[in-house]
Amino acid sequence: MAEFTIRVNGRNQTVNVDPDTPLLWVLRDELGLKGAKYSCGIAQCGACTVHLDGTAIRSCVLPISAVGGAQITTIEGLSEEGDHPVQKAWRELDVPQCGFCQSGQIMTAAALLNVDPDPSERDIRRAMSANLCRCATYNRIEEAVKKAVELK
Amino acid sequence: MSSLKKQIDRRHFFKVTALVGGGMMLGFDWLVARDTASEFSVSDFREGDRVKVNAYLKIGDDGSITIMAPNPEIGQNVKTSMPMIVAEELDVDWDQVKVEQAPLDAEAYRRQVAGGSQSIRQEWDTLREAGATAKAMLVAAAAKKWGVEVSDCTTKGGVINGPDGQQLTYGEVATEAAEMEVPEKVTLKDPDDFSIIGTDRGNVDIEAIITGKPLFGQDFHREGMVYASIVRPPAFGKKLASYDDEEAREVNGVLDVVRFGDKIAVIARSTWAAMKGKKALQVIWEQGTDPESSDDHDRLLTDILNGWGLEERRRDGDIEKAFKEADEIVERIYEAPFLPHNPMEPMDFFAHVTDSKVELIGPTQRPKRARARIAEALGRDESEITVHMTRQGGGFGRRLYGEFDVEAAEISRLTGKPVLLVYTREDDMTAGVYRPASKYKITASLKDGEITGYHLVEAAANSNMYGLIPNFFPAGAIDNLLIESGAFESNITTGAWRAPYTNFLGFAEQTFFDELSEMLGNDPVQWRLDLLEKAKSRAAEDDRIQYSPERMQQVIKLAAEKAGWGNPGPGVFQGFSAYYSHNSHAAEVAEVMMKDGKPVITRVVCAVDVGIVINPQAAVNQAQGGVIDGIGHAMFGDLTFKNGRPSAKNFDRYRLIRMNETPKVEVYFVKNQLAPTGLGEPPLPPAAGAVANALYKALGKRVYKQPFVKEFAELQ
Repeated sequence: MAEFTIRVNGRNQTVNVDPDTPLLWVLRDELGLKGAKYSCGIAQCGACTVHLDGTAIRSCVLPISAVGGAQITTIEGLSEEGDHPVQKAWRELDVPQCGFCQSGQIMTAAALLNVDPDPSERDIRRAMSANLCRCATYNRIEEAVKKAVELK
Repeated sequence: MSSLKKQIDRRHFFKVTALVGGGMMLGFDWLVARDTASEFSVSDFREGDRVKVNAYLKIGDDGSITIMAPNPEIGQNVKTSMPMIVAEELDVDWDQVKVEQAPLDAEAYRRQVAGGSQSIRQEWDTLREAGATAKAMLVAAAAKKWGVEVSDCTTKGGVINGPDGQQLTYGEVATEAAEMEVPEKVTLKDPDDFSIIGTDRGNVDIEAIITGKPLFGQDFHREGMVYASIVRPPAFGKKLASYDDEEAREVNGVLDVVRFGDKIAVIARSTWAAMKGKKALQVIWEQGTDPESSDDHDRLLTDILNGWGLEERRRDGDIEKAFKEADEIVERIYEAPFLPHNPMEPMDFFAHVTDSKVELIGPTQRPKRARARIAEALGRDESEITVHMTRQGGGFGRRLYGEFDVEAAEISRLTGKPVLLVYTREDDMTAGVYRPASKYKITASLKDGEITGYHLVEAAANSNMYGLIPNFFPAGAIDNLLIESGAFESNITTGAWRAPYTNFLGFAEQTFFDELSEMLGNDPVQWRLDLLEKAKSRAAEDDRIQYSPERMQQVIKLAAEKAGWGNPGPGVFQGFSAYYSHNSHAAEVAEVMMKDGKPVITRVVCAVDVGIVINPQAAVNQAQGGVIDGIGHAMFGDLTFKNGRPSAKNFDRYRLIRMNETPKVEVYFVKNQLAPTGLGEPPLPPAAGAVANALYKALGKRVYKQPFVKEFAELQ
């Protein structure tokens, strides 16, 4: 066990965990932030996606010891009022079916817009293919990312 | 259920009580309803028998309106759409409504199941009557207060309007309304007057989902709770010989290691510690029952197709004569692998077992069955067990079954602690209740350009066809018909997987008909319409036949029209398919284009008849998902076994469809005012056939086996 201080959603958080503990489980079990989900644990599905300095990463395979001083943003910290353009688009188009993968989808979409504020359809489809949705809400997700581009 | 409607006495059916602190609660008295349905007279039961009443809706004297969502929410939108039906007849603004997930209460609610696309279909009348009954009592209370006739009052948006401009809100009369007599008869709205049903209403959990609030079983937390992860046999047929937990117990955060049956649970203060402790366990397995492999299954399925252990399901005309007199006989065999369900949320459940009660909280598609399993496993009375449902990260049939619920309860009992059991993805894919591997043999006789005989043989692991499927199309359309099925027993657990049976049967039949239509020189769409025309007379006199030829023709025409069937754009290859399942009719046209020598599925047009559509925006999403799910699993879904071990345990080896492989799905609903049927499953079965038929046009090769990716070099 070791003490780590990480920066989550703009606040310093100190936790005492094994250095190999994935960031996902620090967020979920130590800090009570349940937005990022566990689904595969091997960086294949994207349900655990959070931002590390604005870039989408798979928190299920990133050990806490590798986080350092990076800024971590989770779905809970994406916006103050749930009004990030991606969240607004998700609300307007009522994207979720079961909803379990959606915080990961939203974080991937928001990270895409961070680097490319006006992605092409091809860019959107390529970036969002990193995330699985078993309900296959893919058409609606694609529309919502396009909508978020408009709302930005 | 039609007899229920006729015999019901609403005064006994609904029960209304005053809420403590003011307001009314309208509940559903299922004990009486059930006994009425089973033809006992209401008077056989004394008042005291009706012990349990639970709320469909509550109206507080502060004006708050709470509608309970009775059924499990697995992504099919029932937590939103079922309360919408109540709100419509209650005549309130949707914005006024708060929705709560009801716990398991078998006495209060009729059918708390997410399965078979039945929630809306089976509860439609009850939900409407619940809303209308409450409204009638509120109006009666207001009319009494004003000294006017009920018939002179109107309602709108949760407000009662009197004949002389008087107004009272529902909240203002809710307490008095609870004292009114429950009306014997209520008037339901004319569908033309609907203002909530048929309009887009956002998911009631949307804010929580898009801001990451705890909602799912995995997110459940309670002070003092521990986490558990289970080591289970790595293959079907294996059992536990011995284990050494010394290293596991040394893992930081591991609190305990307990064995139950052939499983070992690691209990820890965090999920990660439990998972890590699990890896540190040294376990020796031994062979219990015989190890099974897909090669063995393949031989057994072929034996069944050749006649071993077949049961007759339906027989029309004289099939032997038809085959004897045929100009040509066409025989094809279709093969499907096992499929895991893979909901994005792996299995999990919270349990707290004490001497006085057993508390279960989590995702289950069939809470009543979960309670029965737990009662049996723990030797407890069902009355000691409560089951609450969280929102569920997908189901697809997997959560109709256990054992995760029983396991959580066992672990809590053994450790004496509140426990959250979490499966890893590997657990989820290894301890599955898979879609059974199956094969179909379809043989048809052709004579004088017509199909004269149809013989379908089904072979599957563990389970036979449901009774209804033999009465789907083409029953009624072909004079001589024989449907048979058989199964072998496997120690690999199998069960319903979204659109059970029809998820693959739909593909087999729809590609077979496409092939026949080509052989006969018929247009597949026109030929289907003609066959359905022929089916009309037999469907009218044979009440076993489940589908409606008329409604099927309508969806086919709608799909063909919207897709521009027969006039595809340049470079576009179209495939057609139509299938009835789970009480709904669906027809689809898939389009494939060649890009860089590879076929790409670019568009699917899906026409569905589910009667009245409750929540259109969500319904379109559901149908799109069903189509893409059907395509994805037909393209990539593949699970085989070797000595009881599954070929894949996680998404690195098990391929699910992703956005870049997804076509645009256009969804069109037949507009009518018929009672609604379900949508969770029906759009799925036609999808694979439509795609296979389009791929044939593009590549010139028929496909008889899933996954397609193994059959076409061009798809790799």
